Amino acid sequence: MTATQETQTSQAMTPLAAGFHDPVHDAQACFRAVMNAMARPGTRQSLDIAGLTPPAPLTSVAAALALTLLDYDTPVWLDKPLMASEAVKAFLRFHTGAPIVNEPVEAAFALVANPGQMIPLASFNQGSAEYPDRSATVILLGQGFGAARTATPAVTLTGPGIQDSTAFPVGPVPPVFWEQVAANSRQFPRGIDLIFAGAAEIAALPRSTRILPTEV
Amino acid sequence: MTDTARIPESLHEQGEYNFAYLDEQTKRMIRRAILKGIAIPGYQVPFASREMPMPYGWGTGGVQVTAAILGRSDCLKMIDQGSDDTTNAVSLRGFFEKTAGVRTTCETAEASIIQTRHRIPEKDLREDQILVFQVPIPEPLRFLEPRETETRKMHALEDYGLMHVKLYEDIAKNGHIATTYAYPVKVNDRYVMDPSPTPKFDNPKIDRMAALQLYGAGREKRIYAIPPYTKVKSLDFEDYPFEIQKFDKPCGLCGAENVYLDEVILDDKGGRMFVCSDSDYCEERRADGHLGPMAADPAAARVGNTRTGETIR
Repeated sequence: MTATQETQTSQAMTPLAAGFHDPVHDAQACFRAVMNAMARPGTRQSLDIAGLTPPAPLTSVAAALALTLLDYDTPVWLDKPLMASEAVKAFLRFHTGAPIVNEPVEAAFALVANPGQMIPLASFNQGSAEYPDRSATVILLGQGFGAARTATPAVTLTGPGIQDSTAFPVGPVPPVFWEQVAANSRQFPRGIDLIFAGAAEIAALPRSTRILPTEV
Repeated sequence: MTDTARIPESLHEQGEYNFAYLDEQTKRMIRRAILKGIAIPGYQVPFASREMPMPYGWGTGGVQVTAAILGRSDCLKMIDQGSDDTTNAVSLRGFFEKTAGVRTTCETAEASIIQTRHRIPEKDLREDQILVFQVPIPEPLRFLEPRETETRKMHALEDYGLMHVKLYEDIAKNGHIATTYAYPVKVNDRYVMDPSPTPKFDNPKIDRMAALQLYGAGREKRIYAIPPYTKVKSLDFEDYPFEIQKFDKPCGLCGAENVYLDEVILDDKGGRMFVCSDSDYCEERRADGHLGPMAADPAAARVGNTRTGETIR
């Protein structure tokens, strides 16, 4: 009890980590990386995150994405490790003003620090047939790209933004993740959009992308 | 005495505007709409369009999209009906030169962002380029069904029968599909979309284009997008397939064939010629030594030279 209180006090005492050094141009550069990633699903876009030192378990890349995309209009949902950190919540509240919500379905954005244990994609707002744009964007933290760095085999993607098809090795993701992603794209135009945040790179998977069955 | 009224030069350097005019919250809102637009190709995302320091119809939608994506290292090209030197293009280029201080160009190949009103450049666009369209009426079904609630439902149910009826009536009345601009397309086999009032000549260029296309409608408050290499099909019938305009003569100045031509009146005695609507393309060809049948004509040469002079500026 006392130990928890002490941790919380010490977290509250640590000075708030800084946001973007140059809010206008850093946010623009970050957005262009996100836009290119979304327009070309599966491609890796590098992100300049110099100077961002957000409290763990929030990563620099995820912090950059939050500072670029979140504000008072966008309720955000945090997974357990992030929700447990007062420093993360203070960082997001101060720099973005985004309301932090408890129910995944209420969120416009979701930050997932422990993607291996992620809740099903169907828990998030899928948008409606009339307004498919009102669905959530889910950001997975701590992702590694490239075959060597992922435990799961690469999936093959096809759809808008991809010339023919492209291999997309990424991880860690939960065991049934790709089935969920395939189901997500089947309900197009409804569905959520995914952003994979690595150490200095991002990739994205909009709902329009189809997952091709992998040849054995 | 006049000195007191003059705004000191240094005030300009302090920057009266945020970079690219819009405030950061507005940019974030537009950026989120752009991301959803890209994720749902051809779907019109509602956004909180702002009042811009120019009237509706001058490209307020395109300007807001450009302002939200523009960065310091970008090179911007502005075209109006294919031309870099008409009023709309010149004033919008000036707007971004003043509020963002970015590099601008008239050369298609040099630009990283091209904002356009009603044309797509003749030169193939690359993967690292972005094409921003100014859109007056984003809803392709609007003139067939005025109610937003109904058109929204039609898009949700993929109910596009009405659009085919319209094209059929064209054939019944005129013997062919008489729609020549804002020709409806189906994006990625799902959404019917208005490619803005570009001539249907440009529709084949939208299909599997290497560049990202963003569409902004300011007055109607909609943003939509087509990601690179997306299948875009112009609506038609098996027995009346989609076809583009054909010109029986090449460009009068540069001799280019298979390009979109504008009619230019040369005198009050019926003299006229047809020239490339894409002024940069035409100039580049003439610089390479291509000559059209009218190039030697003194009246035509005057038209060509004026264009060159203004573009170099």
